[in-house]
Amino acid sequence: MKHLLATADLDRAGATQLLDTAMSLQQNLLGKQVRKLPTLRGRTVITVFYENSTRTRVSFELAGKWMSADVVNVSAGGSSVGKGESLRDTALTLAAAGADCVVLRHPASGAAHRLAEWLDGTGTAVVNAGDGMHEHPTQALLDAATLRERLGDLDGRRVAIVGDVLHSRVARSNVHLLSALGADVVLVAPPTLLPVGVESWPVTVSHTLDAELSELDAVMMLRVQAERMHGAFFPSAREYARSFGLTEARAAALPDHAVVLHPGPMLRGMEIASTVADTPSSAITEQVRNGVHVRMAILYHLLAAATEEDET
Amino acid sequence: MAPPSRGADRTAGQPAPRELLTADDVARTIARMAHQVIEKTALGSPAASDVVLLGIPTRGATLAARLAERIAIFSGVDVPYGTLDITLYRDDLRNHPTRPLEPMEVPGGGVDDRVVILVDDVLFSGRSARAALDALGEHGRPRAVQLAVLADRGHRELPIRADYVGKNLPTARDEEVSVLLEEVDGRDAVLLVRPHGDDATGEAEQE
Repeated sequence: MKHLLATADLDRAGATQLLDTAMSLQQNLLGKQVRKLPTLRGRTVITVFYENSTRTRVSFELAGKWMSADVVNVSAGGSSVGKGESLRDTALTLAAAGADCVVLRHPASGAAHRLAEWLDGTGTAVVNAGDGMHEHPTQALLDAATLRERLGDLDGRRVAIVGDVLHSRVARSNVHLLSALGADVVLVAPPTLLPVGVESWPVTVSHTLDAELSELDAVMMLRVQAERMHGAFFPSAREYARSFGLTEARAAALPDHAVVLHPGPMLRGMEIASTVADTPSSAITEQVRNGVHVRMAILYHLLAAATEEDET
Repeated sequence: MAPPSRGADRTAGQPAPRELLTADDVARTIARMAHQVIEKTALGSPAASDVVLLGIPTRGATLAARLAERIAIFSGVDVPYGTLDITLYRDDLRNHPTRPLEPMEVPGGGVDDRVVILVDDVLFSGRSARAALDALGEHGRPRAVQLAVLADRGHRELPIRADYVGKNLPTARDEEVSVLLEEVDGRDAVLLVRPHGDDATGEAEQE
């Protein structure tokens, strides 16, 4: 693995390997007095965030630090980006400064792919930490890790992804990854919040959440991304919550073993009722915890072993 | 992506390996090591301290379980055992394709203030033992750490020696020693594999 840009690039074997590594790392750190592995000593990870983030950024930083990598955080606000530097020049600067891995979050879809092209030949790995409305592969991997922890093998499991699929990179990444892992994915959303071309995705589409609930092994609620909405996608927030929010009544209609996921940040009362977010079936805090282990696994696979250039 | 496998399949396509220890020899050797552990740690006596066996995957973990079983039969003391994955502590990670991680299981009660006996199949460069010491240090502070190996084949690269050695096997550096165990490989044996012209893998054993 040279970069991690999209879950669409991962096959079942590759994804399973990453998830197994994440599980081993979790087991490895369990009960340790010192949560520090020497594995990535001398490696440098630079996170570059052109969009706000708490979870992703913190967990990448922790993942790197727990494996003894040097982690440097760059945010668009405090960097030369504010002076008008292009993404390409920023990338080349970071590579020249000695980054072994660049973790990029960017509002433009495809930004991580472009970065990987520009850095081709420098030996710097690129991890996509969310690019516009395209993909957020590390989030999908931590969702899958959480589901595997709760449900075991995902083969044949039915997972609904509910809400603003159109603007959601989390949904796209999860559709590819979950179907690669053998799960049946149902997208539940109003027609206005489904992307063009959804017919060609390996999913079934539904417009009524209530009809799906009793069959589900897991339900993933998406945040309504008001910052990306420049138009009327639904009449009102209250109406959206009534039709597509995970209310207490809907949570009660789920099978007992069903898992509730939310990639965060949550809008309590909008897509998920506050009480539902805090029930035992909700795995939202486990998602955050698994996020660190999954990102450690990604850094391990990208940085610990011999690079392809070394081998040839 | 898989690391060079350690065991029966590694010998495929190479000249017939020489059997250094038969299944009976392996059983006798483990029994003798169990007696040595009991004697050296004074197991069963009132003054004895708690002993924990930690095997280094894959075959060291199997050996640790077998040693614990023998020790229980000979001394009546149940010694807790587990596995210690050292992959993340290796100093040769960057010379290999990605190594998959192994299971990790430290027995309840941890390692603090106990005598930890690390168990591995072959002692070679000593680098695995060094990595194991590092890995162990993050689980706590044992009272003492000892090393038990089924076979010592020499060629140390670090100042490390074993406290319990099943069998000393003088080897040439380019030879390979393979420990086979029933639970992993279907039979017990210790084999010496000689490199042979073009068939030699050139993959130096890392243990």
